[in-house]
Amino acid sequence: MPLIELNRINKTYHLGDFEVQVLKDITMSVGEGELVALMGASGSGKSTLMNILGCLDRPTSGEYWLDGEEVSRLSLDQRALLRNGKIGFVFQNFNLLPRTSALDNVAMPLSYAQDNPSEREARVRAKEMLERVGLGERIDHEPSKLSGGQQQRVAIARALINRPRILFADEPTGNLDSRTSVEVLHMFQRLNQEDGVTIILVTHDPNVAHYAQRVIHIHDGQIAAGIYDAQAPKGEEGQA
Amino acid sequence: MRLYRTLRLALRALTRNPLRALLTTLGIVIGVGAVIAMMEIGAGSSTAIKKTIASMGANVILILPGTAASGGVSFGMGSVNTLSPDDCTAIARECPSVRSAAPIVRARAQLVYGSRNWVPNLMDGTTPAFLNIRDLDNLTEGEPFTERDILNGNRVCLLGPTIVRELFQGESPIGKEIRVKNVSFRVVGVLPAKGANMMGMDQDDILLAPWTTIKYRVTGSTLSNSNQSAASTSSTVNSLSNLYPGTSSDLYPATSDVQAADNPMPVRFATVDQILASAISTEEIQNAIRQITALLHERHHIREGEPDDFNIRDMTEMTKTLTSTTTLMGNLLLCVAMISLVVGGVGIMNIMLVSVTERTREIGLRMAVGARPSDILRQFLVEAIVLCLSGGALGILLGHGGSTLVAILLHWPVQTSPAAIVAAVAVSVTLGLAFGFYPAWKASRLDPIEALRYE
Ligand SMILES: Nc1ncnc2c1ncn2[C@@H]1O[C@H](COP(=O)(O)OP(=O)(O)OP(=O)(O)O)[C@@H](O)[C@H]1O
Ligand SMILES: [Mg+2]
Repeated sequence: MPLIELNRINKTYHLGDFEVQVLKDITMSVGEGELVALMGASGSGKSTLMNILGCLDRPTSGEYWLDGEEVSRLSLDQRALLRNGKIGFVFQNFNLLPRTSALDNVAMPLSYAQDNPSEREARVRAKEMLERVGLGERIDHEPSKLSGGQQQRVAIARALINRPRILFADEPTGNLDSRTSVEVLHMFQRLNQEDGVTIILVTHDPNVAHYAQRVIHIHDGQIAAGIYDAQAPKGEEGQA
Repeated sequence: MRLYRTLRLALRALTRNPLRALLTTLGIVIGVGAVIAMMEIGAGSSTAIKKTIASMGANVILILPGTAASGGVSFGMGSVNTLSPDDCTAIARECPSVRSAAPIVRARAQLVYGSRNWVPNLMDGTTPAFLNIRDLDNLTEGEPFTERDILNGNRVCLLGPTIVRELFQGESPIGKEIRVKNVSFRVVGVLPAKGANMMGMDQDDILLAPWTTIKYRVTGSTLSNSNQSAASTSSTVNSLSNLYPGTSSDLYPATSDVQAADNPMPVRFATVDQILASAISTEEIQNAIRQITALLHERHHIREGEPDDFNIRDMTEMTKTLTSTTTLMGNLLLCVAMISLVVGGVGIMNIMLVSVTERTREIGLRMAVGARPSDILRQFLVEAIVLCLSGGALGILLGHGGSTLVAILLHWPVQTSPAAIVAAVAVSVTLGLAFGFYPAWKASRLDPIEALRYE
């Protein structure tokens, strides 16, 4: 059974009398340990789909099976719990807490964790995680004193702190230059291959999509070009 | 989420903008300050009043003779003497809520010692129980007079410090003889100093003697309580050995024994001007008054519905008058406190709403990584409470400083009151909860997607 399975997912927004159908009968699945890229034109519904996949939003209709559980009808609190334990998010604009040290930023999700680690344990885990993303030297730096690439690595450390099964990244390289983009993408690949984290990333950029094992194209809220294996790009670390 | 982590988070959020936090809490600082000042001043004055009342004797009940009325004409309070020494003994013996009772016979006369003279404010004939009721037990010098002195009508007296100062000028008065209307009294003791009472009357300007002595040797009257100051000037000559001196010179021929037997006078054997009693405790005062009333009804044969021939007073009314000023002041401060607390609370609410808006993205992020709405609610609520509590702490300092200033400048009695501090903390927490709830609730209801997208 795949880790993620969508069955005829629809999402409709109501704007006054208007009805905007953003997602139309999306059916797809992502297996455990995959690295998938979501591509599509602006406004095609990629972020909307990501929000549903990330349990931040609920579909208007359809079924969403995550890790053997139908999650589209879960309550607010249940979804919060799910996000905390199984899902990590990486955003285009990093979304770090301002005037808060890298360490505290990374440790933040632990305050909402179910196992509720002690303050000391939380610091140890956050430090380990920062070391893993190569920022062991900068644990006390505030976001304003870090470069964009470093900030995104802090954000990745934060996403991984609760050891999630799945990582969602909405345009993670959108605010980075090409060199740091490559660093971040390599990190994703390593996480995917060494730790078996399932990663779904949204991008406009075909070069970024090349790092994925598989690309899903979305066009006007529908899966367009089907599902195909991106054979060539894998391992080919060209100019992203 | 652990509470101390929430607390740390709240503290960090507040210390990020200390000036803003300070200005926000100003209303609460002033409000809590007013509450503290009010309670400290109130506590101080109530202690002062209690002390004054205790100096007059704790739990004192005063029984006065009633109003005589004849054919609808009232002669005013004390116009007849209806109280007898036996009433006093009966009250002390039969009323369970009464600790002790002492009769008082008043006189007013000049004291002479050597070449000096002095008219004391009070010249009371009484029993040793008086000392106990008035809390005068600890004589500075000498010994109190005894029951035997009362039985014998011995010419002994106790003097208040003022009289000692005026007549003896530093000399010890013990064993000295002073003269009152040509009756010689031996001073046996000096009363402890009490200072002025609530009305500014010098409580130390007093002479105490056995009531029999005052009654039969000084006022010299068994019939009426004539005006002693007037009587004293008509100074009738007494020989010192005369057992019952001070008999007024007769205007009319004395009544013979036969006449007296034919026209019995409507007076009891002996009367006293007042009876002073003390209840066993403050709570028992009302019971004691009830018991005394019942007893006197029985002894004076007053039937249901007939007017009383006595009056009973206790200190409650006096206490009320004395507290009214501080109560007024307290109420004023309370109004100030209420207004500034409400204003302060609205200020807190305002700043918390601003804070929620400013931190919309943070809220969205926290929700995305797994914060439940209740976690967010708690975070902002704790922040509001911490804000109010720090305002409250400043307010406690301000209020305490204010009341200390009042004590120094106006010489008002103030007293630090732990209850005030507890109240201030409770008020702060309540304000934080009440005015922080809406912003916190608003924060908890944010949609994470929209919050994350908020610019
Ligand atoms: N809350 C909303 N209310 C109404 N319409 C919405 C809402 N959110 C998104 N939409 C609409 O849904 C469509 C898809 O939006 P979405 O953000 O998913 O696009 P996207 O593929 O992520 O685009 P981009 O590549 O520019 O980020 C857009 O037309 C947008 O206007
Ligand atoms: Mg998007």
